[in-house]
Amino acid sequence: MTAPLLEVDDLRTRFLTPRGPMVAVDGVSLTLAAGETLGIVGESGSGKSVLGRTIMGLITNGPTTTVTGAVRVDGADIHQLTPQGRRALWGTKIAMVFQDPMTSLNPTKRVGTHLSESLRFHRGLSRGAARTRAVELLKLVGIPEPERRAGQYPHELSGGMRQRVVIAMALACDPKLLIADEPTTALDVTVQKQILDLLQSLAERLQMATILISHDLGTVSGRTDRVAVMYAGRVVESGETRDVFAQPRHPYSGALIESIPRLDAASHSLLPAIVGQPPNMLNPPSGCRFAPRCAFAQDRCRTETPALVDDVACHFPLTQALEVHA
Amino acid sequence: MTTPALEATDLVVEFPVGRGQKVHAVSGVSLSVAPGETLGILGESGCGKSTIGRALIQMPAPDSGTVRLGDRELTGLRAKELRGARARMQIIMQDPISSLNPRRKVKDLVWESHAIWGYDGDDKEAKIDEVLRAVGLDPETVRERRPHELSGGQAQRVCIARALMMDPVVLICDEPVSSLDVSVQAQILNLLEATKARYDLSLVFIAHDVAVVKNISDRVMVMYLGKSCEVLPSEDLHLRAVHPYTRLLLSSLPEAQQSSSANGDVVVERVAAELPSPLNPPSGCRFRTRCPLATDRCAAEEPLLRDIGAGHQVACHNVAL
Repeated sequence: MTAPLLEVDDLRTRFLTPRGPMVAVDGVSLTLAAGETLGIVGESGSGKSVLGRTIMGLITNGPTTTVTGAVRVDGADIHQLTPQGRRALWGTKIAMVFQDPMTSLNPTKRVGTHLSESLRFHRGLSRGAARTRAVELLKLVGIPEPERRAGQYPHELSGGMRQRVVIAMALACDPKLLIADEPTTALDVTVQKQILDLLQSLAERLQMATILISHDLGTVSGRTDRVAVMYAGRVVESGETRDVFAQPRHPYSGALIESIPRLDAASHSLLPAIVGQPPNMLNPPSGCRFAPRCAFAQDRCRTETPALVDDVACHFPLTQALEVHA
Repeated sequence: MTTPALEATDLVVEFPVGRGQKVHAVSGVSLSVAPGETLGILGESGCGKSTIGRALIQMPAPDSGTVRLGDRELTGLRAKELRGARARMQIIMQDPISSLNPRRKVKDLVWESHAIWGYDGDDKEAKIDEVLRAVGLDPETVRERRPHELSGGQAQRVCIARALMMDPVVLICDEPVSSLDVSVQAQILNLLEATKARYDLSLVFIAHDVAVVKNISDRVMVMYLGKSCEVLPSEDLHLRAVHPYTRLLLSSLPEAQQSSSANGDVVVERVAAELPSPLNPPSGCRFRTRCPLATDRCAAEEPLLRDIGAGHQVACHNVAL
């Protein structure tokens, strides 16, 4: 077997905050092969976005940030590179799409300029060639009248169109890995499906590996090969997406899936809610971090941190399939 | 037939944006909520669903149309009369933290409405504790806290407690769970359901999430660009919805949420077009620019809501019944 495209090894991201140190990502290991799709799900504060940015190298060692562990993209450790070395990887090997398309675009630059910038920087294209390629990219992401749109400013586009432009920017230099951090959260449902369909078909056509980060289990369930569920900075369960959704083994994954209202359930059915709140990451609970909210927790869970063994980090993993899927 | 708890007819809300142009936020929507009923209002951003919620409590008042709370007409009242008349209708907003005054303590926030009405009995502390307990908060822990010391879920509980203090008959919930985490969302939905039963409330539940609306509502009204396009019992939402826009909404859901038994008769081809501008909405049926069934008639003539039986109304010329 060839070396995986992405290897994340025991990654820890620690921030020094005015209220004390906070470990946002706490020992995450992942691998991703070329062309594969990985979903990362978790609630706000679970560390999924910090993980995405740390993989990308946007968060790296600095005065208030410590990153330990390794992120190897095609063999190169992104946190050992010089800033210039990282810039050379961005766009060509690894690219990212963020949640809010408006803040990802420069309001004073035309759409076409956003696209030709990286082509000129990385590929050394001439102004004219970059412009032609920019129009091709807009066509690729399904924007009607690409020539006219390339001359417009971001505020003249709708939210869905802007997100398409952001995707086109990410794809400009044929990256091998695309990290999409909540790419559709700011969009309406009818537009959301169009964007997810687009990402999926482009990934297949361009043989690109994708990491899809989302709080929305529905978004991840139908569109990824594998999924990692995060809670309080740690991966609590990972596996084939189909298996995790049909038979979650970590009590958190199970409770999360069950707490979502279902369209085919009767109205006014009582939702099996998870008690309590997600933990404060400045002072996380000892042992298993889900133990204070877990229906199955025992004394051992509160003292001893479960390791991720056989893709699940739980002392007492669930053994039965969820009723809703039975 | 009993008097509806809340009834609105032909609500119109428009916002001038200069140069003689107007945003047609709500264009002639009628609704009624029976005592003890939950009406869900479902739609995407910009469809006017929040504007309706605000028009119902006259904040701002609709440009035309009527709103009756029980047997009291609210539109056209003078400000002073209105404050008394609408006290029994309360609203819960989307972002709980920003709808609470950051400088006040929870106990004062909850008591504020009584303070305004000059009520000052000896049972103040007892009443505050009772209502906090009713929303699942421990009075000892939260009474002295300020909003920044609360989590999103706790803050939303405080908002619900505050609304309950006036002993309302109608509670309007404007996207009450969309800023909350999935695991907390279910808690708040269960709490709203329990509160409704305990306090004999009628709810208007406004949200964009189809499954959430279906779960909490008795009837659902689907809105598109300021118009109501379909009203139906929530149990029928995923199986019997016929309006092409409702079908589009349902087919846009991630597969995991879609029902395998969804009605296959009305196949909605996905139309790439996006939402038209509410400044200049399409003539006739407002959905026609994205509708696979659209004909010339749809541009010329506006479809009205018509009854198709079993409490189901739809505004479309072309659905086969």
